[in-house]
Amino acid sequence: MILEMSGIQKSFGGLEVLKDISLEVDSGEVVSVIGPSGSGKSTLLRCATFLETIDAGEIRYMGKPAAATGSQGKAVYVSHSELNEVKRYFGLVFQQFNLFPHFSVLRNIMDAPVFVQKRPKEEVHAEAMELLRKMNLENRADAYPCQLSGGQQQRVAIARALALKPSILFFDEPTSALDPELTGEVLKVIRQLAEEKMTMVVVTHEMPFARAVSNRVIFMDRGVIVEQGDPEEVFGNPKQERTVQFLRNYQR
Amino acid sequence: MSFSTMLYTMGEGMLRTCAIFILTILFSLPLGLVIMFLRRSRFFIVRTITKFYIAVMRGTPLMLQLLMWYFGPYYLFGMNIRGYRFAAIIIGFSMNYAAYFAEIYRGGMETIPQGQYEAAEVLGYGKAQTFFKIILPQVVKAILPSVTNEIITLVKDTSLAFTLAYNEMFSLAKQIAASQTSFVPFVVAGVFYFVANYAVAFTMEFIEKKFDYYK
Repeated sequence: MILEMSGIQKSFGGLEVLKDISLEVDSGEVVSVIGPSGSGKSTLLRCATFLETIDAGEIRYMGKPAAATGSQGKAVYVSHSELNEVKRYFGLVFQQFNLFPHFSVLRNIMDAPVFVQKRPKEEVHAEAMELLRKMNLENRADAYPCQLSGGQQQRVAIARALALKPSILFFDEPTSALDPELTGEVLKVIRQLAEEKMTMVVVTHEMPFARAVSNRVIFMDRGVIVEQGDPEEVFGNPKQERTVQFLRNYQR
Repeated sequence: MSFSTMLYTMGEGMLRTCAIFILTILFSLPLGLVIMFLRRSRFFIVRTITKFYIAVMRGTPLMLQLLMWYFGPYYLFGMNIRGYRFAAIIIGFSMNYAAYFAEIYRGGMETIPQGQYEAAEVLGYGKAQTFFKIILPQVVKAILPSVTNEIITLVKDTSLAFTLAYNEMFSLAKQIAASQTSFVPFVVAGVFYFVANYAVAFTMEFIEKKFDYYK
């Protein structure tokens, strides 16, 4: 298992956003997380990437614990340095891209591998150029984020995350800030990664994409996983009334 | 007094004025950063004290502050303040301008989206790396116009050093004007401040252009 989350609980000021959620992701799996706004799907991703701290539950990457419920029923995280070790296993692509505006495209991709992971510059440069080729952006290496379209920026953000060679890549609504035309080019890249057996968890509102690309679909509502399974099953033959309702709204 | 003698005398004053200006910039810019951090501290007591400090620095005349810094040590601790004059001026100016710079930095920090911190965190940057590499360069770009304003004000404020009977340029101008019953020293002083500020504006515009490569 690349990622194991179990019994995750998270509240914001008394509001329970995640109620005892468990999620396991195996190597090579592509998991889509769908659900209405406020269902907790983004929070789940933010908990998985340590941008939010969980109240209770357990998180492991590659079998290594990152957080576990302690004796008082509260989640206890491992030490700072151990957590940094675990952080290397995942990457995250944001809805708003969050590229560094003062860095060129190439620097955005190379800076963390070179200065955080301390890898040789030449090697990283070659890999970065290869990633840009894959993202169809090899001629924009010297451009700045403000000179790129949203779709291009998001592809740079994907390349930036991949440059750190994560074992699993999370996407938090990667196309929600894009118009339909630009959405397509980003989804194409994610689809390509799926074909290369990249392990991914994608929070998305793109139902056809979720159905076509993922191995498993998770439908969340009000902080719980209502239904999950094979995309054809969840989309074609949903078992829960809430799922039916949600998908009906989408088909209109 | 010939014009050249006058210029020569005032020239010495200009050097002192420049010394005040340069030293104040040198100390207050980094000190402002420290004050900004204290102002944003997660400890209530640190935040409150810093807020009070900024309120006092902004809420009382700089002239009064200079007097306090100079004479305060004598009245409070009986310190011998002979030879302390210039240091008091630099402390007074630096402490005051640092408070203003701190608030400008703080305003700049607020313009940085939370996403920048989150992206840096996920990519593995440490706290210091994130600040100096990702955040600060963007803050600098955002605050340059306000900093320019503040620096221009400082050029003119240096004349307040006369309060402590320090012979910077403007003090000399007044002395010469009085003794020679001449208006010329004031014209020279005016031209000096104007040219100095023109140079400041020009330099700052140049730096702003350097940051123009991104939005």
